[in-house]
Amino acid sequence: MTSQIDFVDRGLLVREVSKNFGPTAVLNVVNLDVRQGEFFTLLGPSGCGKTTLLRIIAGLELPDTGKVFLDGQDITPLPASKRQINTVFQSYALFPHLNTYENVAFGLKARRFSHQDVAERVGRYLEMLSLGDLEKRYPHQLSGGQKQRVALARALVNEPQILLLDEPMSALDAHLRARVQADLRRLQRELGTTFIMVTHDQEEAMMISDHLAVMNDGQVLQIGPPRDVYTKPTNQFVAEFLGATNILSAVRHGDRVMTGLGDFMMQHPPDWVKGSLTIRPEHIEVERPDAFGANRVKAQVCETLYSGAALDLLLEPEPLPNLDPDFPIKPGQVKVRTYTHDHIDRGEYVNLYFPPSHLVALNDKPI
Amino acid sequence: MASKKSDRISWRGDVTKPLRLRLRGLGLTLPPLVWLTLLMTIPCLTLVALAMATRGQYGDVIWQFTGNNFRRLIGYSFFGWSADNFYVLFRSLWMAAITTIICVALAYPLTFHVVTRPPRTRVFWLILIIIPFWTNVVVRTYAWLLVLGPNLPPARLAAFFGLIPEGAALYPGQFAVYLGMVSTFLPFMALPLYASVERLNWDLLEAARDLYASRFQVFTKAILPQTKPGLAVGIIVTFVPAMAMFVVTDILGGAKFMLIGNLIQQQFTQARNWPYGAALSLALMVMTLISMAIFRRRSGLRNLS
Repeated sequence: MTSQIDFVDRGLLVREVSKNFGPTAVLNVVNLDVRQGEFFTLLGPSGCGKTTLLRIIAGLELPDTGKVFLDGQDITPLPASKRQINTVFQSYALFPHLNTYENVAFGLKARRFSHQDVAERVGRYLEMLSLGDLEKRYPHQLSGGQKQRVALARALVNEPQILLLDEPMSALDAHLRARVQADLRRLQRELGTTFIMVTHDQEEAMMISDHLAVMNDGQVLQIGPPRDVYTKPTNQFVAEFLGATNILSAVRHGDRVMTGLGDFMMQHPPDWVKGSLTIRPEHIEVERPDAFGANRVKAQVCETLYSGAALDLLLEPEPLPNLDPDFPIKPGQVKVRTYTHDHIDRGEYVNLYFPPSHLVALNDKPI
Repeated sequence: MASKKSDRISWRGDVTKPLRLRLRGLGLTLPPLVWLTLLMTIPCLTLVALAMATRGQYGDVIWQFTGNNFRRLIGYSFFGWSADNFYVLFRSLWMAAITTIICVALAYPLTFHVVTRPPRTRVFWLILIIIPFWTNVVVRTYAWLLVLGPNLPPARLAAFFGLIPEGAALYPGQFAVYLGMVSTFLPFMALPLYASVERLNWDLLEAARDLYASRFQVFTKAILPQTKPGLAVGIIVTFVPAMAMFVVTDILGGAKFMLIGNLIQQQFTQARNWPYGAALSLALMVMTLISMAIFRRRSGLRNLS
């Protein structure tokens, strides 16, 4: 199993990697496929092992078991200095005694590039990251955003096959963050370098990545394009981590699914008997209270939260008369996001429509 | 309505008046200033005066101006010119430099070892480094005499490899002197360096490695620049007293190991020639100052120390 490589041509494979720090398992049998030239994100809460995984890819940490392949070649035993992989550290780790130019030139000089080559390449990358005017400045004379660009230039100037970014936005303020995200994406596309980024910010991960891996407790829970992972989460953690959602305990009867809110039809009914469903707040449709039909629930508005672009509602569903005594499912409050400009007031009754295509069955144990 | 401009100022969270602030500063700096004047400047000036005085027939000091002490210092005597004093000075310089270099080479691994221990055992290691401070240098040096004595394991081992004759001791000689010097000065080097190594940003070591630096480059490019302040202090507090050391060389070096420290000590004791001793002391001070100036310029530490 460990020696089998599914997809070999170009890219990074992580196979069955585990890592313990003392008695605590930080990574628990992790597998990952990163295609050459894509923007890949490791997403998860702090302590989920994502930074450790990044450090293993960088060669700054050895896995206890498992292997890392780059273009089909086992790079697990190679030290960081022998890998075509460079890192942008979370703290940036710029050399404080070297100015911008010298920091960026570090990797090339260490590999004994000729004087002209160093000057030419450093100049090109300083230009690319608009650092030309800051050549002579020392790290303590730079702002947070400038430091980050120096760290980026210092890594990219080596023209690595893979660039690793450890929480690159964590030290930037919200304003700058949005711009840097766009810049990073553009830079990645222009250079065609594989970027692997670690973040705990799900919005950032979704906006920027081609593929993302959601991690928790040392395991990769789901890998896929942001849209797939967001709309079709396979378990409750992924569903909740990627944004607001509704989780419904459910029992399947044939091709109908019974929840505390009532019976629902689903486009892809679950293969379990007891489990849970999820539906995003923006996928639930608000209708006039006299609407009628399948997948509809009558509910009273408890709270309205207006945020300009959207109107978030918290609703209390009407209690159901015929609860299964063997499986009493309490209906919870339902979160709905609408983009309507109609006034909806607290206390009002509305009908909620749960489209069969947006009800997603989760595959973890019933709650 | 124009109000009178307030003469109050805010200073580090205090609201006060400039005059009061100045008085407070003066009150705090005056005692150390007086101390330095009385116990440093005046004795130094006395030393200069003494160096230009004449030795009386019975070893007393006659306050009569003469340049003879300095003539003798640069090698002229009743018997003509000799380079002995320059040898002594150069040997002292060489000795202090070698001692300092060995201390640096030992202090880096030592401090890295201590810093990477868990906090509880770290205290134990620090105490091990500090313990030698609790004993007098003379006592410690005599202890080396016992350890290096004939027919004991260290001497036997050396004899086994044919380094010394059978039944001989490991002293007097260079080996014993450097052993004594390094063991005396290692804590002086290790403690300031420890303060720097403890605050080391290890990310920079990883960044250097990630950027293809060799192990040697990691030291020169990531560790050395970060630990420069501690290293500079360590070098100064090791080199300067090592220049003037006479106890260790006296006990472990035998008669052949004459250093400027020994020479000065002799003038003030056996030879009873205080003026010449004072001239030698001045020479030592000047040599030390010149060495430190060169060190600062060469190591780019002008804004430190």
